[in-house]
Amino acid sequence: MFELLGIPPQALFGQLLLGLINGAFYAMLSLGLAVIFGMLNVINFTHGAQYMMGAFAAWLMLGLLDVPFWAALVLAPLVVGAFGVAIEKLLLKRIYHLDHLYGFLLTFGLALMIEGLFQWKWGSSGAPYPSPIPGGVNLGFMFMPYYRGFVVVAALVICLATWYGIERTRLGAYLRAATENPALVQAFGINVPRLITLTYGLGVGLAALAGVLAAPIQQVSALMGTSLVLVVFAVVVIGGMGSIMGSIVTGFGLGLVEGLTKVFYPPASNTVIFVVMAIVLLVKPAGLFGQTK
Amino acid sequence: MVGQMTGKLMTQRNLAIALLVLALAAPWFAYPVFLMTALCFALFACAFNLLLGYAGLMSFGHAMFFGMAAYFFGHTVKEWGWPPELGILVAVLGAAAIGVVTGALAIRRQGIYFAMITLAFAQMIYFFCVQAPFTHGEDGLQGIGRPPLLGGLIPTRDDRVLYYVVLAIFLFGYGAIYRFIHSPFGQVLKAIRDNEQRALSLGYEADRYKLLAFVLSAAVAGLAGATKAMVLQFATLTDVGAAMSGEVVLMALVGGLGTIIGPVIGAFIIIAMQNYLASTGEFVLVIQGAIFVVIVLAFRKGVVGELAEWWKRRQAG
Repeated sequence: MFELLGIPPQALFGQLLLGLINGAFYAMLSLGLAVIFGMLNVINFTHGAQYMMGAFAAWLMLGLLDVPFWAALVLAPLVVGAFGVAIEKLLLKRIYHLDHLYGFLLTFGLALMIEGLFQWKWGSSGAPYPSPIPGGVNLGFMFMPYYRGFVVVAALVICLATWYGIERTRLGAYLRAATENPALVQAFGINVPRLITLTYGLGVGLAALAGVLAAPIQQVSALMGTSLVLVVFAVVVIGGMGSIMGSIVTGFGLGLVEGLTKVFYPPASNTVIFVVMAIVLLVKPAGLFGQTK
Repeated sequence: MVGQMTGKLMTQRNLAIALLVLALAAPWFAYPVFLMTALCFALFACAFNLLLGYAGLMSFGHAMFFGMAAYFFGHTVKEWGWPPELGILVAVLGAAAIGVVTGALAIRRQGIYFAMITLAFAQMIYFFCVQAPFTHGEDGLQGIGRPPLLGGLIPTRDDRVLYYVVLAIFLFGYGAIYRFIHSPFGQVLKAIRDNEQRALSLGYEADRYKLLAFVLSAAVAGLAGATKAMVLQFATLTDVGAAMSGEVVLMALVGGLGTIIGPVIGAFIIIAMQNYLASTGEFVLVIQGAIFVVIVLAFRKGVVGELAEWWKRRQAG
């Protein structure tokens, strides 16, 4: 086999696949954050906890009710999304007139509560979730577990479907219009508060869907979303929250950057995204796809 | 009008004297280590509050200054055997240096992005600390020891003696923040907070003012972190993690954002609560989260802010 800069291809492509998978999660999560922020003006700090809840919902459904992975893929986001709708109706609704910081603090408090409760009930060590598509295929230059390949494709489909839903459908047009000027859209007879609630439910559902997809790859644990959400914040700063496609591209791209760093300089792989953030802030403070505001 | 003003000033002065007497007498009827820990966190919360309350910048990554300063102090004193005074100086300068770099980048964005950027940089520092050898990873720097201060004049092994040292450090930091806020510089900072465009049009370079406030806040947070390491004799990953950044926000929020004494009260409340609830494990987190939610929804002014409001209503009515 050929070698690239002294790196065996198995290692290179293996890490690139891992990077692509991480990127898939960055993309799905930053997408949800951007959709929620556009509509609610709230940075949803609970996003990591809701991702964790998605994984937990699938794990509990399997353990208690024998619900298979494919059903959980649909059911878990619905359950967690409904939970999101309740949060919006009960709590978030009351703070839209305040400074953005309060939304950040409120959702941070919620994240602490949710993660604390899950940790109290199930501890902080992880529980395994069996892979729904075991096995894999040797592609010659690398070994590809079927499930990991599926995750990358599924995430791409989910991201593009979200993009299509927001940029190309009627409901999406309402959504974009309401983001731009809620009062005017309300005057046209569209129920904007309901649209806001639905948007939050959708964003939370996306986070939960990502959590279900992550369950067979990672351990299901109470703190699985805690540091992920912090990385996703950096991804959002890098991409800017102005564009849906921008979030998707930035997410996948940064996953790849992280994977490559793991091949060429492993100690920096945890921090490379933050370094990219610093560079982007220097060169293009509004973010790669952001408008200056 | 004049009488009213002097009346208000008199109340404030009397209150300050009463608090000082209380602080001086405290170690004789309360557990000194608790008091010292609370004072360190009070100073930390004041540093955070300087930035949010007076510059309108919410940092969600202040643990990077606090925690790194604790490591700087621990490393210089334990591994290199430097005197603690020098250790504190190095820690403060180190925290300020980190503040210069992260602050210069973070102030390029405003509002909620600023909070996310500081949070991200703090996470970067955290990941760095997990790997770097001088932090001893998960074990942390343990048993730093308490060498005496001023070349042996002050025997800090005695908790009560150390308490007065910590109180002096706290008062120094608090006084520095007080001077800063009430200087012309602080006034410009408030003007920028209230209306950046107007301040810019008056010829003030907003970014330079913000950066200086950020660095000062980082330095005071570093002073708090180093003092904490001196008191408890350890520095761990907890000091530098995101939960610590959240905790200092909570302290300032509970006490009252933008009030100068609020963060001190908030820090004492939260540290007392943590001591009281320490045995319940994860429930500390749940309760802290619940406090965040309740305060944001119902008591945004915090303890001091609500009390001041109540006092004003009483005076008027």
